[in-house]
Amino acid sequence: MTELHEATVTELGERLRRREVSAVELADAQLERIELLNPELNAFLRTTPELAREQAQAADERLARGDAGPLTGIPVAIKDVLCVRGVETTAGSQILRGFRPPYDATTVARLKEAGAVIVGMTNCDEFAMGSSTENSSYGPALNPWNRGRVPGGSSGGSAAAVSAGLAAFALGTDTGGSIRQPAALCGVVGMKPTYGAVSRYGLIAFASSLDQVGPFTRSVTDAALVLDAIGGHDPRDSTSAPRQLDVMGQLEGGVAGLRLGVPREYFEVEGIEPGVAASVRRALDVLEEAGAKLVDVSLPHTEHGLAAYYIIAPAECSSNLARFDGVKYGYSDQTMGSLLDTYLRTRREGFGPEVRRRIMLGTYALSSGYYDAYYLKAQKVRTLIKRDFDEAFERCDAIVSATSPMVAFPLGSRTDNPLAMYLCDVLTLGGNLAGLPGLNVPCGAADGLPVGLQVLAPQFREDVALRVARAYEMASGVMTEVAPV
Amino acid sequence: MTWETVIGMEVHVQLKTRTKMFCRCSSDYMGQAPNTHVCEVCLGMPGVLPVINKAAVEQCLKAALALECDVAEWTKFDRKNYFYPDLPKGYQISQYDLPMSREGRLELDGRTVRITRVHLEEDTGKSVHAGDSLHGAERSYVDLNRAGIPLMEVVSEPDLRSSDEARAYAQALRGLMRAIGASDADMEKGQLRAEANVSVRRVGEAELGVKTELKNINSFRALKLAIDHEVSRQISVLEGGGSVSQETRGWDEARGVTYSQRSKEFAQDYRYFPEPDLPPLEISRSWLDSLRAGLPELPAAQRSRLEAAGLSASTASLIVSSQLGDYLDAAVAAGAPLAPAANWLVGEIAPNLDEREALPADRLAQIVVAVEAGRLNREQGKQVLREAWESGRDPEEIVRERGLEQVSDDSALEGWVAEAIEAQPQAVSDFKSGKQQAFGALMNEVKQRSGGRADMKRASELLRQRLS
Amino acid sequence: MLARLGLEPGEEDFYAEQLAGILGAIERLQELDTEHIPATAQVVEVRSVMAEDEPRPCLTQEEALANAPAAEDGQFVVKAILEEDS
Repeated sequence: MTELHEATVTELGERLRRREVSAVELADAQLERIELLNPELNAFLRTTPELAREQAQAADERLARGDAGPLTGIPVAIKDVLCVRGVETTAGSQILRGFRPPYDATTVARLKEAGAVIVGMTNCDEFAMGSSTENSSYGPALNPWNRGRVPGGSSGGSAAAVSAGLAAFALGTDTGGSIRQPAALCGVVGMKPTYGAVSRYGLIAFASSLDQVGPFTRSVTDAALVLDAIGGHDPRDSTSAPRQLDVMGQLEGGVAGLRLGVPREYFEVEGIEPGVAASVRRALDVLEEAGAKLVDVSLPHTEHGLAAYYIIAPAECSSNLARFDGVKYGYSDQTMGSLLDTYLRTRREGFGPEVRRRIMLGTYALSSGYYDAYYLKAQKVRTLIKRDFDEAFERCDAIVSATSPMVAFPLGSRTDNPLAMYLCDVLTLGGNLAGLPGLNVPCGAADGLPVGLQVLAPQFREDVALRVARAYEMASGVMTEVAPV
Repeated sequence: MTWETVIGMEVHVQLKTRTKMFCRCSSDYMGQAPNTHVCEVCLGMPGVLPVINKAAVEQCLKAALALECDVAEWTKFDRKNYFYPDLPKGYQISQYDLPMSREGRLELDGRTVRITRVHLEEDTGKSVHAGDSLHGAERSYVDLNRAGIPLMEVVSEPDLRSSDEARAYAQALRGLMRAIGASDADMEKGQLRAEANVSVRRVGEAELGVKTELKNINSFRALKLAIDHEVSRQISVLEGGGSVSQETRGWDEARGVTYSQRSKEFAQDYRYFPEPDLPPLEISRSWLDSLRAGLPELPAAQRSRLEAAGLSASTASLIVSSQLGDYLDAAVAAGAPLAPAANWLVGEIAPNLDEREALPADRLAQIVVAVEAGRLNREQGKQVLREAWESGRDPEEIVRERGLEQVSDDSALEGWVAEAIEAQPQAVSDFKSGKQQAFGALMNEVKQRSGGRADMKRASELLRQRLS
Repeated sequence: MLARLGLEPGEEDFYAEQLAGILGAIERLQELDTEHIPATAQVVEVRSVMAEDEPRPCLTQEEALANAPAAEDGQFVVKAILEEDS
């Protein structure tokens, strides 16, 4: 019997329903473990013990009534960019220190309705900008597999929490790879849904046309369960799709007969480590043995994706972050004379360097005289990238590759070189630009550090991505492990 | 050297909807305590998203139709980025290159004013400056109740040629907005905000002069005064050999001058880009058709109809611009003949409408009919009207009670005529020696002696007979 | 300045240097022929989303101001808005 902190959502659900353990016991165990391990890992920025106990008690009542769902009583960690009513939510930034939203994000509300138990808010790169969680203004989170290494980012805290058994699942967000990449680096399952499949209401916006909320779990089945609970149309989000996803449908369908596209360019990207490539190739072999057909495909505009992303995302964020002006909420420096001083000092002191870099870049890309050459151009390149995927999907059902070109890198090794940091996302950001669903499933290790396989599917075909990942799990016997701590 | 004034108008109209433009806060914020009509969305809190108010779109479409615009098949919103404490998100959701509608017109007393565009956006909050003169101690207070209220912007071409025209334009827009139910458009309540782009040029010159943008105008009267002042100012600058700076100028009501606010040369870069949180809107022609069918008779059509029915152009215009068209129709339906009813409306009802609600149309009709039929003379009619309007009583009752019926009985009239002749011998001899005005004095005498009840038309006939 | 970031003199150049790598990649985008390519403003085909004009409860004044750095008499307080600030 697995330890409570190692069990999947599915297993815990069974044990709770069999009354082998109560939700309150589970919550307490989880909070205790967090207290023990978090001071070093810094996966959580704050825990919510009162809220958790309240929710756990309510969950136990539901379980007693026989009124429980798959997530009732299950401990969950929430990335600090998703608003939780009355709970300090800072987006990993000083500028929102002390901010308590008077409302829940829709995904949070849905988890609450499902009876999940929120144990705390997880660490992340400031405003979700980064690939290592080193941009958090509250100190980085550490990779549970190797404390000298990054957990990835921007949802590094959520990935680390699930990887270290500090929560049964977590919510993260993915704009350029911020769920999938940390999932790969921490050896857990992480999924980014189709753009519009899950509500963005209450997600502190970074890049509006790219952001999505998704789960971190320790099994593919769990990911499907969570997606089912949080996804679906939200009238408060005008970009949310009217369709309901079918995620559980074909989960156990296997890959026999499925065509898996292997994009040439994704194996040739700058910085791809041999250990990663080898691990992924082995995973592809496993899938082929399980009955999948591997097909060569090409995504010719891959090399331009990075540039397009680093125009669109900063442009949108420069506008989204204009609301942090020290007037209505958050940090404010009103010590100097004029209103202009308030704006300048508040934003200078409240935002970290990466955020300021991106606001600068974004402001520039939108400014008069440059809009056509930059923002408009990037949106056109985006169309080209989307078309690449559309064409590829005519020849395959899903696209497979490495999620991250490298395994977890040492803390501080890329912080002086923004471009080196940006390169972490070259394999994931295409999925954001094209609005596709994608997930990471662990597929082994290289140099003792986790490697992840990325599965991308056409829009609204989460079911295909999950099915392929599930098939891999079963065929390979590689199940997500909790890092030994 | 004669100068020509050239004016283009930018008018913002607050639309009459129950909720705000992008959130469902109640829009009924006037007179309420600050920051009590706000939610996380209109406060611009982190993580919030806008949702378009369908009713606001419909009001804007109705206005576009009323202004005879080309309505876009596809329209979208854009972000206009700038920093200001009353702009909670640090950007205003507005429309840039694909507005709801373009190229319309407004008829103004025979002239056509071209409308460049009509689009939809959200209002900002309100900031109030306060504090003492010590720099550094001064503060501003921000109330976000108004933030997010649906706002329609109507931009005209520089087709107006005088401050009177500009005022008439603004008033006509107000009338139109009220007629279609899109807004109460009350300038004093800030529901209609007018900005004038003013320039001058020598008569005959084809090129436009440098324009200034006039703001802070809070009434139709102020609009005229501000434009007049600005035109004189620009003319004296140019005649003095100087040049006009392109800038924003505020109207100082107290001092009666315009003052420089901001140089428009270094115009703000608003970094417009399509609003990523709002998908484009399709405006189907069938949607437009159903909106068009629901519109009331528009002013231009009403004017034509009344003129065709026999009213003079100026009377028709006056009736329509005072929004009395429906009232007139009702009076006519209640039996009053058109032209006299219109005259009574214009002369007696319209001037007093500010103080109270109109007299019921059928009551007015009764009075008009009575006067036309000769039962009451005009003077008596007015008396009855005043009393009926103030007291709300039936005109018939008032006539009966006061014994106001006009006396047309010849014997009674002849009696008064005889009395008048006897009482005014000088007037009689003056008249007989050719002084026509003397007739008036005698008529007055008849009127007085009859207690104002004489049928003056018949009395004058009888008087002439007697004097000849 | 447009972004109100409060950069110190020289910082803008420093950041520009750090961004040189990505700026290079961005310049290379110009090599792509996109003349006849439409821009993707929305990556998913949702259209014409609107809501009915039905009021929902607002926040209380207390809730609205709970996070305010400075508030007085129910209003947010800021340094004076002078014309030059806009």
